[in-house]
Amino acid sequence: MTYTARLRVWRGDAAGGALTDYEVDANEGEVVLDILHRLQATQTPDLAVRWNCKAGKCGSCSAEINGRPRLLCMTRMSVFEPGEVLTVTPMRTFPVIRDLVTDVSFNYAKAREIPSFTPPPDLGPGEYRMKQADVGRSQEFRKCIECFLCQDTCHVVRDHEENKPAFAGPRYLMRVAELEMHPLDVADRVAEVQDEHGLGLCNITKCCTDVCPEGIKITDNALIPMKERVADDRYDPLVWLGRTILRRGSRQARE
Amino acid sequence: MTAATRGVEAPGRAEVGARTLRTDRWWLPPAATTVGLLIFVVYATVRAFQQQYFFADERYLTPFYSPCVSLGCASEPGSAHFGMFLPDHPLLPYAAISLPFLLAFRLTCYYYRKAYYRSFWLAPAACAVPEPHATYTGETRFPLILQNVHRYVFYIAVIVSVINTYDAIVAFRHPTDGFVVGIGNLVLLVNVVLLWCYTLSCHSCRHVMGGRLAHFSKHPVRYRIWTWISALNTRHATFAWITLGTLVATDLYVLLVASGTITDLRLVG
Ligand code: SF4
Ligand code: SF4
Ligand code: FES
Ligand code: FES
Repeated sequence: MTYTARLRVWRGDAAGGALTDYEVDANEGEVVLDILHRLQATQTPDLAVRWNCKAGKCGSCSAEINGRPRLLCMTRMSVFEPGEVLTVTPMRTFPVIRDLVTDVSFNYAKAREIPSFTPPPDLGPGEYRMKQADVGRSQEFRKCIECFLCQDTCHVVRDHEENKPAFAGPRYLMRVAELEMHPLDVADRVAEVQDEHGLGLCNITKCCTDVCPEGIKITDNALIPMKERVADDRYDPLVWLGRTILRRGSRQARE
Repeated sequence: MTAATRGVEAPGRAEVGARTLRTDRWWLPPAATTVGLLIFVVYATVRAFQQQYFFADERYLTPFYSPCVSLGCASEPGSAHFGMFLPDHPLLPYAAISLPFLLAFRLTCYYYRKAYYRSFWLAPAACAVPEPHATYTGETRFPLILQNVHRYVFYIAVIVSVINTYDAIVAFRHPTDGFVVGIGNLVLLVNVVLLWCYTLSCHSCRHVMGGRLAHFSKHPVRYRIWTWISALNTRHATFAWITLGTLVATDLYVLLVASGTITDLRLVG
């Protein structure tokens, strides 16, 4: 079945832009990215849209459809009514470059701020041994495709440009959690996640979890467990007493 | 700067115009949450201060009056299992030693925090819908930094759950008829089972039981417990709502029986 899809696509750049109406043919089984490609091929050869895999695995095609952060290649046309106008805009948390393409370098900067994996100093390459039970939690976070939809939807930076320096965003708070839960990582990441990466700014309202195309339970499995670790180290006199008596540091105490 | 120019209308971002382009009924979940929570708060407040109809058939004690430790509990012989020592004052609920902690438990609960930050504080009301506040500091400062006491109120909530369980068990004994089973017993029992589901599925519980460990393989028992609690934890929000419902239903049942509006059907004895 072929029908005419009605689109409103944001066209413009950092200097300004507007939503522009288009009508494009759509076929059964197509996704929004297919329609944008047909629009590009037939009417607007200069439409800028970023994509790579068309399989929900590269994380390039993030945008907002009817106001909701989504992957263009994983959003089926069939979830909308045939006559419905689809509004497609770039992600609204990052600076726009042109049309649907944004400058996501905020995320790369945040990634670099996290100290890398730190194995015990006496362990050489090739000597890493881990049990599955110990790596299971971190593995969930490795499913991340770095689409930055969670970063885009998080109100801490979406609604407050001024928080960007202080806040790493859910994807990178989760990266800290991944390293913290890694059985061979010996760095103490708890003070850092609170003081350097702004975990305290997160109010666990779960929009990151809601938009994650990989279905990672970011809030429940990464952010809240990190908040609990911060509570261990900073706000729990009983934990402090226990560690003082046993003379154990924060990382040792979690062994 | 207004709230908007700090957010989606900040310089450099795409000038879309509309603050949100969401076309679905995004306002419905926060509105429903507000209504649901307000109904519970009003009901619970009225009942906590009513000081009447809290003990039925000489054995059913409503969770809103447990443990009944006010001198006023003497009006219902058998309702006080842990002594009566608080003064009987209209502004002091009979269970004044447990209710503030139960309130604090739910107020600092990670799920309820999400619920009221979204519905009452609109930060954010729904995902990708701009919040109305000009500045935002999250949970970094007083008073919200106090949310970190959650684990302590969790410990107290466990004690209260034990007391509620005790209430549900002793309710099978009628002072003159001996062992009896009535519909009220089933109501109390279901309530207490669900309260345990809510309490044990707590994120702090998950952390304390095993979540804080770096090596699960070195702690097989705690790992097993963590796995069970993690399974319950995925339904924590559901239990949060179900238990609000069962608390009201249980209390209402006791109220209706105690006031003589309905009679408790006896299944055994
Ligand atoms: S849960 Fe925290 S990190 Fe995730 S979107 Fe909400 S505030 Fe941002
Ligand atoms: S955590 Fe999910 S939403 Fe965030 S960048 Fe990774 S895949 Fe995308
Ligand atoms: S094009 Fe790769 S995720 Fe959409
Ligand atoms: S009771 Fe909800 S997280 Fe603890």
